[in-house]
Amino acid sequence: MYPNDLLYTKTHEWARVEGETATMGVTWFAQEQLGDLTFVELPEIGRSVTPGEEIGSVESVKAASEIYSPLAGEVIKVNQDLENAPELVNQDPYGRGWMVRIRLSARPEGLLEASAYAALTAGQGH
Amino acid sequence: MKTVFAKSAPGRQGVWPQAPAKDPSAYVPENLLRKTCAGLPSLSELDVVRHFSGLSRQNFGVDGNFYPLGSCTMKYNPRFMEAAANLPGFTRLHPVLPQLKGAGRHCQGALEVMYEMERLLCEICGMDAFTLHPMAGAHGELTGAMIIAAYHKDKGNKRTKIICPDSAHGTNPASAAIAGFEVVSVPSKDGMVDPEALARVLDDQVAGMMMTCPNTLGLFERRLPEIVALLRQVDALLYYDGANLNAILGKMRVGDVGFDVVHLNLHKTFGTPHGGGGPGAGPVGVSRRLTPYLPISRVVRLKDGQFFLDYDRPKSIGYVAPFYGNFGVALKAYAYILRLGREGLVRVSENAVLAANYLRKRIEKHLDIPFNRTCMHEFVASAVNLAGRGVRALDIAKALLDKGCHAPTIYFPLIVREAIMIEPTETENKATLDRFVDDLVDILSSASADPAAVLAAPRTLPVSRLDETRAARAMELTDDS
Repeated sequence: MYPNDLLYTKTHEWARVEGETATMGVTWFAQEQLGDLTFVELPEIGRSVTPGEEIGSVESVKAASEIYSPLAGEVIKVNQDLENAPELVNQDPYGRGWMVRIRLSARPEGLLEASAYAALTAGQGH
Repeated sequence: MKTVFAKSAPGRQGVWPQAPAKDPSAYVPENLLRKTCAGLPSLSELDVVRHFSGLSRQNFGVDGNFYPLGSCTMKYNPRFMEAAANLPGFTRLHPVLPQLKGAGRHCQGALEVMYEMERLLCEICGMDAFTLHPMAGAHGELTGAMIIAAYHKDKGNKRTKIICPDSAHGTNPASAAIAGFEVVSVPSKDGMVDPEALARVLDDQVAGMMMTCPNTLGLFERRLPEIVALLRQVDALLYYDGANLNAILGKMRVGDVGFDVVHLNLHKTFGTPHGGGGPGAGPVGVSRRLTPYLPISRVVRLKDGQFFLDYDRPKSIGYVAPFYGNFGVALKAYAYILRLGREGLVRVSENAVLAANYLRKRIEKHLDIPFNRTCMHEFVASAVNLAGRGVRALDIAKALLDKGCHAPTIYFPLIVREAIMIEPTETENKATLDRFVDDLVDILSSASADPAAVLAAPRTLPVSRLDETRAARAMELTDDS
C-alpha cells in the first residue's frame, strides 16, 4: 500500500524523487478514503510551488479535497489522462494515477518514510 | 418510464385550443411569430393524468414515508399552510403593485404579512431586523457575508478573512468565498469548536466567523460565550447558520447570545415542502449595528398604520432578489408560526430533540456513534466497523431504501468516517422510529450474515444501484426506454 521508495506527507500525498525532478500523487489511503474519484484539478505547467501549498483538488462521489505540494520547485508536467479518467487514481495511485511532475528547487524536507506514514494512517482508516 | 413526448401519438388530443378567428400575423409583430411547430405532445387528458400520476408514484416524499435525511429537516408540512398560501387575495396579487404610485393601498395585506413576519422572526431569534428577500439558505449566507463586508468597509476596517469550523456546512465556505473573503478553517475538538484553536487563527484581518449551533454533529456548541468574546476583541462579526434552528426554537435566541447575523431556512424550520432544489426562503436577521446594510426594499409602517416599501437606504448592499423573495414560502411560514404559537414552537424543538435522542439510544447498541452524548435534533453514527465485511455507509443507505424509507445523509459531516447522519424530526411518532430501528438492525445483521445481499440493494425500486461516478461525470439525461 505504501511503497518504500516514496516519500509521504501528512496530508496524504506521495513523492518519488528522481535526481532533479520528482513525481507526485495522492496515496492509496487518500483514494480509499475519498472513494471513486469523479474529477481531478491540476496546476498549470510552469507554476512554481512551495511545500504545503495548495496546487489542485480532487472530487469524489463523497467529498472534495485539496492537493498540496510535497516539494518546492516548478511544475513541468501534469497527468493529462486524469482529465478523462480520474479513476486511474483509484486503480493505480502510484503509477498511472500520478498527478504532477516537479523540477526541484530545494531538497525534500520534512517528508515521511513509508513506515512512518503507514503508522500515521493506521489509526485513521478502517 | 417514457417521457410525455415519447408517448405522443398523432391525432390523439385532450383539450385543443380554438384556432384564432383572425390570422395572428394581423396583430402579432412578425419577430414574435413562431415559424416552426411548438412540438407539444398529442395525448388525451387521461394519458396526461396517468403520466404525471405515474411520475409522482416514483417520487419519494415525506407524505409517503419516513425521511430521516440529516441536516435537511424533512418534516411533515401541515396542509393548513397550503390553504393560507392559496388564498386568492395573495395568489392574484401582482408583485409590481406596491411599486406603482398609489397602488400600495391594494396590497396592504401582503405588505403587512411581510412586516409582521419580519417582526416574528426578530422575536424568535432576538435580532433587531430581518429581510425576507434571500431565496434559499445559501442565498441567505451570501447576503449575510455581503452585509459583514459592508459593515467593515463602512467602518474603514480592512478585513479579508472569514473563519469556518471544519464541521461547517459546505455552503458556508462557498458563500464566504463568493462574497470575496478568504476562508480559514478551524479544527474541532470533541466535535465542537475549540476556542484555543480559534484564538490561534484570529487576527485583525478576520471579518467574521460562520457557525452552526447545534453543529452538524447535532451537538450544542457549549463554549459559545468564549467564542463570542474572542471575536468581539477583534471586532469580528459572528454569523449564525440557521439550518438547525428547529433544535433551539424558544430555547435560545441567537441574538441574545451575541450573534450579529443569522439566516433561517424557512422551508426547514417552519415547514415548506422542499428538496430537489426548492422552493426555499433564507431570511437574514441582523443586530442593530448592521441594519443600515440590509438589502432593499424594506417594508415600513407609517404613523397612520399604512405599509409601504422604502428604497431610500444609502448604505444598503442593494438588491439580492427580484421583488421581495419567495413570498409564498414566507406566507406559509407565517401561517405556521401563528398556528403553533409560542408554546407550539417550543414543543417543535423539544420533540425534535427527544426523537433524535430516542433513536440515538436505540441505535448506539448497533452502530458506532463517535461523539455519543445527548444530542440536539440529529446525530451522526458511523459504519466504520462494518468495513471489514466490505459493507459501507452507502450500502446501508441503499438497503434502507428497500425498507421503504428515505436514506439518512451519508458521508457528511466530513469529520466522521463512513458517516450516517440521522434527523428524525418532530413530526414522527414512536412507532415509526421503532420501525426504522428494527429495519436498520435487520440490515446490520444481514451485513454480518450475508454482505452480498446488502451490497445488491436496492432491489425493489424502479432503478437498482446506480453508477455514481458516471452520474457525476457524464451529466446527460436520455430517454432510452
